Amino acid sequence: MNMEIATERMTQQVLSADPVEHHDSDDTKLFGFWLYLMTDCILFASVFATYAVLYMNTDGGVSGKDIFELNFVLVETLSLLFSSITFGFAFICAKRNKRIATLSWLLVTFALGCVFIGMEVYEFHHLIMAGHGPQRSAFLSSFFALVGLHGLHVTAGLIWMAIMMVEILKTGLNNRSITRLNCLSLFWHFLDIVWICVFTLVYLLGVIS
Amino acid sequence: MSQSKLNNIEQVDSIYMEIKSYLIGFVLSIILTAIPFWSVMKAPFDKQITIAVVLVTAIVQIVVHLKYFLHLDFSTKGRLNTFSFLFTALVIVMVVGLSVWIIYAANALMM
Amino acid sequence: MSIFGKLTLESIPYHEPIIMVTLAAVAVIGIVIAGLITKYKKWNVLWNDWFTSVDHKRLGIMYIVLAMVMLIRGFSDAIMMRTQQALATNGAAGYLPPEHYDQIFTAHGVIMIIFMAMPFMIGLMNLVVPLQIGARDVAFPFLNNLSFWLTASGAVLINISLGLGEFAKTGWVAYPPLSELAFSPGVGVDYYIWALQISGIGTTLTGVNFIATVLKMRAPGMKLMQMPIFTWTCTWANILIVASFPILTALLAMLTLDRYMDFHFFTNAGGGNAMMYINLFWAWGHPEVYILILPAFGIFSEVISTFTSKRLFGYKSMVWASGAISILGFIVWLHHFFTMGSSANVNAFFGVMTMVIAVPTGVKLFNWLFTIYRGRLRVTVPVLWTLGFMTTFTIGGMTGVLLALPGADYVLHNSLFLIAHFHNTIVGGAVFGYLAGFAYWFPKAMGFTLNERLGKASFWCWQVGFYVAFMPLYVLGFLGMTRRISHTDNPDWNFWIYFAAVGAFIIFAGIVLQFVQLYVSFRDREQNLDTTGDPWNGHTLEWSIASPPQFYNFAVTPRVSDIDAFTDMKEKGIAYQRYAQYQPIHMPKNTACGVLIALALTAAGFAAVWHILWLAIAGLMGAFIVFLVRAYNNGHDYYVQGDEITAIETAHLDAVAKGAV
Repeated sequence: MNMEIATERMTQQVLSADPVEHHDSDDTKLFGFWLYLMTDCILFASVFATYAVLYMNTDGGVSGKDIFELNFVLVETLSLLFSSITFGFAFICAKRNKRIATLSWLLVTFALGCVFIGMEVYEFHHLIMAGHGPQRSAFLSSFFALVGLHGLHVTAGLIWMAIMMVEILKTGLNNRSITRLNCLSLFWHFLDIVWICVFTLVYLLGVIS
Repeated sequence: MSQSKLNNIEQVDSIYMEIKSYLIGFVLSIILTAIPFWSVMKAPFDKQITIAVVLVTAIVQIVVHLKYFLHLDFSTKGRLNTFSFLFTALVIVMVVGLSVWIIYAANALMM
Repeated sequence: MSIFGKLTLESIPYHEPIIMVTLAAVAVIGIVIAGLITKYKKWNVLWNDWFTSVDHKRLGIMYIVLAMVMLIRGFSDAIMMRTQQALATNGAAGYLPPEHYDQIFTAHGVIMIIFMAMPFMIGLMNLVVPLQIGARDVAFPFLNNLSFWLTASGAVLINISLGLGEFAKTGWVAYPPLSELAFSPGVGVDYYIWALQISGIGTTLTGVNFIATVLKMRAPGMKLMQMPIFTWTCTWANILIVASFPILTALLAMLTLDRYMDFHFFTNAGGGNAMMYINLFWAWGHPEVYILILPAFGIFSEVISTFTSKRLFGYKSMVWASGAISILGFIVWLHHFFTMGSSANVNAFFGVMTMVIAVPTGVKLFNWLFTIYRGRLRVTVPVLWTLGFMTTFTIGGMTGVLLALPGADYVLHNSLFLIAHFHNTIVGGAVFGYLAGFAYWFPKAMGFTLNERLGKASFWCWQVGFYVAFMPLYVLGFLGMTRRISHTDNPDWNFWIYFAAVGAFIIFAGIVLQFVQLYVSFRDREQNLDTTGDPWNGHTLEWSIASPPQFYNFAVTPRVSDIDAFTDMKEKGIAYQRYAQYQPIHMPKNTACGVLIALALTAAGFAAVWHILWLAIAGLMGAFIVFLVRAYNNGHDYYVQGDEITAIETAHLDAVAKGAV
């Protein structure tokens, strides 16, 4: 039996073990976060599918054409786009250990994100006050849920960004904070992609039809 | 000494490359946002063409974001991320596409 | 509204003697267990070594314990349904009032799928996958602990519903408009929503964790197409988890908005569309059944290969068949609701796809048969479960192909024929698989083998009981009996209903024998110790280390160059190597954060059920704060020193040497 050979061998063999290999855990973390983003994609896709099914069910209330203001949406879009590139700059600076520059770019990004969220809250408030709240019809339910879900994600991103700024301010840039910033960067750019789908499928196509 | 100098040059080189990459992505995104908004707001085309323009620019812009902001590529290092994204996209196409087909076909029968 | 929201003393079902007796029994058992733990001073052990553990092996065992406990709960529901139907023939009322009966069949479905089968599967996966790929732990050990506690949190919520309020009376699918506030004003559906939502998030995180583990942490040299087959099928299951559970999350969130904030996704009024719920539910629900069955397929492959002492026939086709099932599993879901009345084209497409998916499954069955062919099959308990599976699952598969015909489905939809079909596949497929895996890997996890005689007795009770309990349901389905009926008045059905009830009791005997087997094996463990770590002459890396495994798994990361890595090592004579020195090993520390976050979220979920706003906010904030504390605390890890490893390894290798002589 093989085991006997093995037993015989191991009594003789006195080796030194190989050095332990360290897995690149930052790399694993980033990949894990990317996988989480993939689950988020599917989450959004489900809500998009629901919107696609319900957007004509206005129950006698307003339709997208009646309430969407494209000028307004264009400004929202631009603020997100600008925040994308400013975040990119922040991350470039972070990788080169430029703390102040990183913080400044993050602050600009944060401000642009706040502009976006502020505008969205204004839009929602305006619609609800005009009697077009999510309780009015299936169309409005799915509209508020879809756009709101994206808004919630952006808000979460802003909270995360605020925490990151405090972290960088206090402990500076190190391996850990750069990995976290990298995850946040993926998150932030990912939200941009979702927003492309939102302004295309909800607002632009909503106004056309 | 010379080694660190070399690293420095490489770093400077790569920082410009990186900034350049973000800027290209940004400019493309602005253009790909402007086109659909303009074509809907000013309505220079008829409806079918406008819809096509809007959808195509959106898809192109998504690809631009993936490439320039999320840095997806087919290198050995980035391949896993790209493949997981492609698989997710496939699932989304199947789930959303079939859901819409199912419900619209059912609605058509209930009219 | 009071500070306790909708919760009052009236929420406790005093007037239901069955529930009160159950609660009393649970309380007594709970007190006895707590007393025993106190008597033997084990609270510290339980907390420090188990609840806060980030070790995948311990988490795996805890998942399986959870699954066993929930199996008892879910099976009690099953036996109550069977006895109720047997007593309530010829127009008799039986002993369960309809509103209670409705909660029981809902709870049975939810518990068996989400809180029995899933934890069992994830438990085995936790236990085995990192060992099979030669890793020291999963990619994110803390997340793994959190996932477990989120699953447990859902299970706790569902059990609280027994004594406070009610559970959903909607069936485990909770279709609207019935599950909407207008028709289910009680808290039952809310319990359903929050239990599934919290545990579902835990499951999603598990999926992410294990995909990252398998792709990033394999032992050096192990290519993807050299991963053990169980690891492969688990990987496909995890891919399905990551791709489908978010649909459930979104769906439950939308139902929540409907119920709590008067949205109109699935309501009758306001333009809602209940069909979209049904559609999305099964877009998750169908991949879910493949999540359950694929790892079971992996277990059967490992078992057959080990106990015939042969390589698995058609390893590559097995991997690709699993992949094909995973992708096709995403385009067949409409067969759960052919009768919804979408167009003939839609029904035809999904009907054809459903038949197509039977092909890769058939490929697997032939692979197993060819592995057995000309092998010397040792008929152990895991092999019995596998053989039982091969017949039972094939019958289930064939009735499934029948149901895949939209025309036939219009006749059989929602009848007991359907119930018989899916129990045929889920019990005969998934559960038999997990029980095979349980018997197969038990010595690895606990360090001693299970009693074979009692195991075989348990298997035969399950196997016979299964046929006695479920074959009559096919007949009843053809006789026109629909599911979820609390009492009947059709003399033609009576015989078959009694027949099925007998079967349920035979399965019950099987479950009892399983627990007796555990007790007897534990009592006689000294005689059945697994000193070598390789009781079955295994093929894969988990058998190359001690039983139970050293907490760091591998003292030296193995190098892999073959699918059957351990067979390869044994053949080359490099198994059980002794080293003079070991490098320190980097290990994660245990943490209470997972328990605390899950506790806070359980409180938040409970508060959401009863509309206790302050507690819901406090729970969410609490979870967030614990998470932040965890994120900004340093010192999550430590090093095991070489001397300690040398001592452990020497002891193990001495035991192996003694066992081999």
